Amino acid sequence: MIADHLFFAGINVLLAWSVYVVLMTGSLSFAQGMFMAVGCYTAGVLTVKFGWPLLAATLAAATLASIVAAVVGWPALRLRGVYLILVTIGITFCGRVLLENVEYVGGVAGFGGMSGASHTTVLVAVALIGTAIFWLSRSPLQRTLDAVREDDRVAASLGINVPVVRLIGFASGAFIAAIAGSLFGHYMSFVRPESFDILLSVYVVLYVVLGGVNNMWGALLGATVMTLLPEYFRVLAEWRPTVFGLAILLMLLFRPQGLLSFRTLSSRWKPANGASAITTDEQCKTAPS
Amino acid sequence: MQDSPVLSVTALCKHFGGVRALDGIDLQVRRGEVLGIVGPNGAGKTALINTITGFYRATSGRIVLNGTEITSLPTYRIGRLGVGRTFQNIRLFKRMSVLENVLVAYKENATHLFRSIFRSASNRVQQEQAMEWLELLQLADKANQLASSLSYGDARRLEIARALAGNPRLLLLDEPAAGMNESETGQLIDDIHELKHKVDAILLVEHDMDLIRKLSDRLIAMDYGKKITEGTPAEVLRHPEVLRAYLGSDE
Repeated sequence: MIADHLFFAGINVLLAWSVYVVLMTGSLSFAQGMFMAVGCYTAGVLTVKFGWPLLAATLAAATLASIVAAVVGWPALRLRGVYLILVTIGITFCGRVLLENVEYVGGVAGFGGMSGASHTTVLVAVALIGTAIFWLSRSPLQRTLDAVREDDRVAASLGINVPVVRLIGFASGAFIAAIAGSLFGHYMSFVRPESFDILLSVYVVLYVVLGGVNNMWGALLGATVMTLLPEYFRVLAEWRPTVFGLAILLMLLFRPQGLLSFRTLSSRWKPANGASAITTDEQCKTAPS
Repeated sequence: MQDSPVLSVTALCKHFGGVRALDGIDLQVRRGEVLGIVGPNGAGKTALINTITGFYRATSGRIVLNGTEITSLPTYRIGRLGVGRTFQNIRLFKRMSVLENVLVAYKENATHLFRSIFRSASNRVQQEQAMEWLELLQLADKANQLASSLSYGDARRLEIARALAGNPRLLLLDEPAAGMNESETGQLIDDIHELKHKVDAILLVEHDMDLIRKLSDRLIAMDYGKKITEGTPAEVLRHPEVLRAYLGSDE
């Protein structure tokens, strides 16, 4: 039981991070369920039909998903706001219909035979991806992403290639979602196109909204709480969509920035050896003459 | 090449439907000079800056920066080629600190995305350079404040520091003194004198005549998207058509 809980929490954390990475560049994606499906089916085909090891299949599937995201995203990311959201929803619907009609991966009946992932595998993936995002948050690239999100035209005037930054964000999000998809498939051992319903994409975005959109820990907290809460409060399980909807409503009304909204500044000026112009000035003022 | 202009604009037009925001503008910004542009509201001054920086796509005409044609290049390419700008309505990254606003403009961060992952956000060399820009504009003691907490005059100066951090050849200042009081404007005049030699040339759009007189080496007056006259500030500000454009006439 506890292994199951850890597993689903881990998968949802990965998916929430995949949304967060896209959100960092100012785009909201409801296509993460579709990229999860690409990862799940591609890795599944590689391990079941071609006998690849899980790690290689997962990485290949994630790479393919980010290529798909780049190809779809190149025209789509020129749209902003609600138009982009509609396109990403469209991507999710198209993906599902496509999978339902490809007999090679079982069509509507589903695709099975994968194995090899456990809750430990997922937790390792969470640790690795988390470290990568944390590393990024400590680098100047984080500031570049923030600039694109806050004011894309100013960012462009500073020499930042905004479309490429957005595309990299979208493709990285797809990469992470595909890893989650591959691990999901190899844990469940059987998936159907309807496992990657639009509701999944919506839930994942809500995890991030609940947890807080401006740091990686918000996504982690939101996904974990919303996965585990219904498991431990059985009463809630039946009312899950209602409770979820209510929680979102309350959050947007009373705490629109999410549960965790802190953002530590990525750099802070610390004068070398305490001897910069500023500190000496202050010392002069306070020094008794 | 030393005498070639930093920026050369030829027969530049920008039309919005039937409105001719720029109607055949010719101008040259020479090396080492501050070229001022004055004109009543709606004369096309900001449209000129937006077209030079690629925010607007020129309807016709040519823009050449240091011998490279930049007409209709995307904004980020023009930024990389060395055009820095400030904005008439202040556009800082409000949720970043003052220091971060300057650091974000560093070309090595902005243009080499992949390499920037392997650098620390609090990279000492970059921070020290950024602090020099902040000191030049008297913002060093506010480096760790959020940009949104700055006073109006400080916010305008931070925009200049951010533009300079990208090491531009040509700096475009769009009404840098707008909304400033007299003492803030006086300070700004001194600051711009200080930073003049850090760039090849400055194009200055401004309504404050005191600032224009004290800073610009040459002046262009615009109205209805056209150049009325060009010359020394004293000549241009005495020109009858300029006076008419500003004060109106009884005809």
